[in-house]
Parts: sequence; C-alpha cells; structure tokens
Amino acid sequence: MHELPVTRSILGIVLRHAEANNVERVVAIHLQIGALSDLEAEWLQTYFDHLSRGTVAEGATLRVRRSPLTFRCADCSHDFAVTREELGTAQCPLCGSGDASIRSGTGYTVDSMEVQ
Amino acid sequence: MSDVTLIDIKEEILSENRELAQQLRSDLRRRGVFLVNLMSSPGSGKTSLILRSLEHLRKVYRTAVVEGDVDSAVDAERVAREGFLAVQIKTGGSCHLSAAMVERGLDALPLESLELVFLENIGNLICPAGSDTGAHLSVAVLSVPEGDDKPLKYPLIFRISDAFVVNKTDVRDHFDFDMDTFRARVRSLNPDAPVFEVSCKTGDGIGAWCDWLRERVDRGQ
Repeated sequence: MHELPVTRSILGIVLRHAEANNVERVVAIHLQIGALSDLEAEWLQTYFDHLSRGTVAEGATLRVRRSPLTFRCADCSHDFAVTREELGTAQCPLCGSGDASIRSGTGYTVDSMEVQ
Repeated sequence: MSDVTLIDIKEEILSENRELAQQLRSDLRRRGVFLVNLMSSPGSGKTSLILRSLEHLRKVYRTAVVEGDVDSAVDAERVAREGFLAVQIKTGGSCHLSAAMVERGLDALPLESLELVFLENIGNLICPAGSDTGAHLSVAVLSVPEGDDKPLKYPLIFRISDAFVVNKTDVRDHFDFDMDTFRARVRSLNPDAPVFEVSCKTGDGIGAWCDWLRERVDRGQ
C-alpha cells in the first residue's frame, strides 16, 4: 500500500549512485523485498515510471526478488526460515523453542543496478 | 550500443527512517517525554481511546496528542474540543506516519512542558506496521465488529506491537467475535503482549489499560 513513498526512496538511492558513478542511463534495478512486506511489484514499476521521468533512470526495469522471512530463536540464537502461513506456529528446528523474533523479511533493499 | 555494467548498491530503503526514529526516541527520553503510537483500522476507536485515556491520565501527566491523517483535521479538532492539546499532521496521501513527519508534529508542541504524548497513526493495519515512528510504545487497537481473524490477515502488526486493545466490547453480544480465539491467535504471534478489553462508550476496562500504561510510562519504556 505504501508503494509511492517506497518508490520515491528507491529513485533517490538510484540517482545518488548514478551521479557518483557518472552513469548515463540506468537499465535495470535489482530490489529485494521481504516476504512479509505487502508491496506489489507491479505498482512499484508504475510509480517508478512516473517518478523517474526526465532522469537517467527513466525507462529502467525493476527486478524484484522476494527475500525469505527468517526468525531468530530467543533461546539458542539459531536463524531459521518461516513461511507466512507458519508465522503463528513457528518453532526453532534446533531446540524446539516457540520464542523467536523476526530477523529478516520485512524490509526492502536496493541490491544493485545495471547501467550504461 | 555500450555495454551494461552492474553497480553494487546494497542500501536498505527504510534505513534512513529507522535511524531518524531511533534518534527521536532517545531525544524524547532525554527530555522526559514518553511517546505512544496507536495503530488500527479506520473506525476502531483510536481517537476515542485517546480521549478516554486522557481523561484518566490528565491529573497524572502533562499530555498532548499528535494526530495523523491523510488530509483532514477532524480528529485533532475533536481532541481540542475536549480541552486537550492537539496538533494535526496531514500526510498528503501517504498511508503511514514516518519518523520525519512525527518529528515535525512534535516540533509544534511545547515538549519541555509535556510528559506523555499520544500519536494517532493513519488508519490501516498494513503500512504503519512497516515504519518506525520513534515511539517508545506501539499499541494496536482492534474492535469487536472487525472480527477475531485480524491476526491471521495482518500478522506483521501483531508481531511488532507491544500491546493490544480490543474496543467496543459493549456490543459483543451482537457480533461473532470470540475473545478466546482472538487471544490465542495474538498469543501465537506475540506471546508476551497483553490484550486489554475495553469499551470507550461505557468506560469499561479503561482503568486496567491506563494502569498498565502508567507503569510503562513511569518505567520509561
């Protein structure tokens, strides 16, 4: 739902790196989006196309990779992957503890960009 | 045509907000101001809960309210009409409050003479859960007519909240909301967070919620 402010941040990061590297044109942007975030890739692209008009990133394609949701066990510090459906019932595969906090899978990262 | 090269970036999009939120949180702590972030669906009773809580706590703390809304001042006007200090943040289309918006709202308040500030987030259960506001405490407000299945549909907000308030218990006989089922679903996502059952209409349960809140404010976390 908050694709617009997120897209604005993505564009800001991309343009900053483009300027620092004297980039003439950004072809593609690789993003990692956490499995637990509700961002829609299609909307990101729509907003991006609009916001990037007239910049070196105009026309760039957003390539989204969903990063897995992982928990860290509060008892033994083991990190383990959890599906959305398992959220409420997840147990540490090592020690069986049900006490764990989210370690990753809620954030968004700009990984890299392909440029000319 | 020139070759395509790959530039490594690895920058987290929300890191700027998180850093600002952490800074805001420690600034407020240093100044002795405790900030409570209230999140819910539209119409669950965030404003009503704030008003009820202020009636209860106004003799204990010097209080104020920061109201977030997409494009209206209805809530801040309502709070001000009841005689409480309130400022309105209009997000201009954004669906949640960022730490920068909260900071601007707080700037409009006489912070040096305040101890407890309620922050009313934008009404939805998705976006506010993803953005740290800088508050010391985040509370999700639910209500009986919404149903007991919200934890299944919006797990993130149930993971990141510190406490839950279920409002409108006065109409529970008219709805299928099963409190035991709801509590079990919350527990599976967030075992330590307390659940308060209240009616902002009758005042039922407000005392227990405010007692707990006082304990948190006095502890400063």
